[in-house]
Amino acid sequence: MTTVRNFVRSNVRNPNAVAYFLMAVSALFFPAVVQFATGGSGDYLVGLAADGGIYMLMAIGLNVVVGFAGLLDLGYAAFFAIGSYTYALVASNHLGVTPIGHSLHVPFWIALFIGMFVAATAGALLGAPTLRLRGDYLAIVTLGFGEIVPRVFRNAGIWTGGVPGISALDVPTLPGWVQGPWVGQDFGWVPDFRFTSANLTAYYMLMIILIAFVVILVHNLYNSRLGRAWMAVREDETAAAASGVNTVSVKLLAFSIGAATSGFAGAFYGAKLSYVSSENFGFIVSVTVLAMVVLGGMGNIPGAMLGAIVLYFILFWLLPNAPGQMQGLASSLGLDWLNQSNPNGWPGIGEVVSRSKYVIFGLILVGIMLLRPQGLLPSQIRKQELTHEEPEALAAPRQLQA
Amino acid sequence: MAAMVQRLRASVISTPTASLINLVGLAIVAVALVATAQRVYQGGATYFFQTLGFGLAQGAIFALVALGYTMVYGIIELINFAHGDVFTLGAFISLALMPVFGLNEGRISGAALILPLLGLFVVTMLICALVNVGIERVAYRPLRHAPRLAPLITAIGMSALLEGVMNVWRGPFNLHYPDFLPSTQIPIGGGVTIAAKAVMVIVVAVVLMVSLTLFVNRSKLGKAMRATAQDRDAAQLMGIDINRTISATFFIGAALAGAAGIIYGLYYNSVQAFDGFQYGLYAFTAAVFGGIGNIPGAALGGILIGVIYSISDGYFTVSWTQVLVFAILIFVLVFRPTGLLGMRVPEK
Repeated sequence: MTTVRNFVRSNVRNPNAVAYFLMAVSALFFPAVVQFATGGSGDYLVGLAADGGIYMLMAIGLNVVVGFAGLLDLGYAAFFAIGSYTYALVASNHLGVTPIGHSLHVPFWIALFIGMFVAATAGALLGAPTLRLRGDYLAIVTLGFGEIVPRVFRNAGIWTGGVPGISALDVPTLPGWVQGPWVGQDFGWVPDFRFTSANLTAYYMLMIILIAFVVILVHNLYNSRLGRAWMAVREDETAAAASGVNTVSVKLLAFSIGAATSGFAGAFYGAKLSYVSSENFGFIVSVTVLAMVVLGGMGNIPGAMLGAIVLYFILFWLLPNAPGQMQGLASSLGLDWLNQSNPNGWPGIGEVVSRSKYVIFGLILVGIMLLRPQGLLPSQIRKQELTHEEPEALAAPRQLQA
Repeated sequence: MAAMVQRLRASVISTPTASLINLVGLAIVAVALVATAQRVYQGGATYFFQTLGFGLAQGAIFALVALGYTMVYGIIELINFAHGDVFTLGAFISLALMPVFGLNEGRISGAALILPLLGLFVVTMLICALVNVGIERVAYRPLRHAPRLAPLITAIGMSALLEGVMNVWRGPFNLHYPDFLPSTQIPIGGGVTIAAKAVMVIVVAVVLMVSLTLFVNRSKLGKAMRATAQDRDAAQLMGIDINRTISATFFIGAALAGAAGIIYGLYYNSVQAFDGFQYGLYAFTAAVFGGIGNIPGAALGGILIGVIYSISDGYFTVSWTQVLVFAILIFVLVFRPTGLLGMRVPEK
């Protein structure tokens, strides 16, 4: 009991520990609360949250690249696409219609890791010749790569299904699953369970488990020798090299691990959607993930997760609903003319709100960098370097604890 | 000459791996050139000159936009992602200003066009320049001493913001841009013709580029720009107002981009709010191709990328052209990061 109390006491002032705790609790109770609040019709929201988890995974991965190692990757969606397409090829009938002539149906649990490894390999292949370039050149190389990959998938004809993409991918299966009141049914054991779009709670729970898995992995990496090497490279590459850090291999590892996480998320995405198309991996995805990391706090894992939650909520729930809300507000205020489009170019308030997605995006990126460059939930180390605060002020509580 | 050969040799044969990488790069370039030459030979002269004229006009627009990227990069080492959107903004603003100058499609043509178009160019270039100076003031200047990632991220944010503003303003549609340029063909001998439109675009672009070169090489402000690009601290010690010089760089770059926006509209007769992002990337590729930070390099790179683009469109498949341009970008950065005309400079 005392150990528990000590554990709580030592962590209650640590914002990261509190954030992890709050996120874990709300993640576990979210489906039940949503189902209860919507009277059992909250499947859509649970599915939306599962999709948000994909972005969260990507944010955690990009945080390794941008936040830990300080490499700007602007083509992160490319690895996401590679993961998705790899999953689509090894877990559908599609390979049967290609010149290979044999379709593969690798189980989801293995295909997930195949997607991850293929993406990591692509990351290593791209990184090996380019990581010795200066920082912003790397940004450009990755940007170019991010533009190339979806187009290659679109143009590769029979191999990737061209413009329509690949559909009818295999869904994950399990030997059994527990059902209960959280999906509006009685407690029970379901044998030979298949994840379908009718049971989005299962996808949601799977997503939570995957995120926990990746967070533990990345957290351990951060606290390892490699994590310290990343930070050294980020702070001063020359000094890091002089201290014996092999900067190229350290950067390559960060780059590949980031790519691997993205590929992992991509494979899940393919399985959940049961469909891949080159349209879903544009630059906007890369920028969204980057904005999540920057908003949450570069270099801090719970920060990136929080950024993902906040931005996902804004972009995929608030903004799609905002036009309708604004129209309702305008008519309830007696301003119906705002809802009408007129020939002078005013398209109606709903349309204006839905068009302003990019404005909000831009304002978030610029505003955060100018007003709070350390992000919502900053990394303590990163905060010092960005705001030039006195290091003593931050180090003091730690000394008292010891 | 000897020094040049030595530099070339040093850049080609420095280490075993580097020479291998360079050999692979040269082999790929050679194969691509042979394949292109064969197709061009089969296609005939008329088609080739048509493609070339189109490519040169497109390249001239790329070059104008690329100049802004290269100047800004040269002076503060920032990739100004918003630059491509300033270019689109030029097209949008000029479209909105046309009625002010009495430029109504179908009602005005010939020599009567010259004066209003000139006015349109001047006003649009001025507005774009002021917008870009404002962007620098708000988003880049406060972060000049921050980690390098910070201004890059605000640049992406500014790009999204400009695209968003244009999207809210006119919507995500392809807007019709009035067609004022003559659609005649100029014969250049042997039954081969070149579009008058392309010639006009190239002439305007060349005039702008020559005046920029003269300005940078001859004027006092140009000298200050070159000094600031070379060594900001030393330039400051010599009494150069750094902030003013950087603002001037953004001003000139955006004025050229605004002009390029009008030329783009007049040439293609269609603009869209999100055009600038792609176009900016091509222009940036051109700047990297020519050697980032190098003004003649950006012009050369722009022309080359434009010609490569149209040859790929004309002789190979259209859907792979964009892949090709971005592959060139990656290739140049991997095999020759200094570009065609750039010099190897030590990292600052």
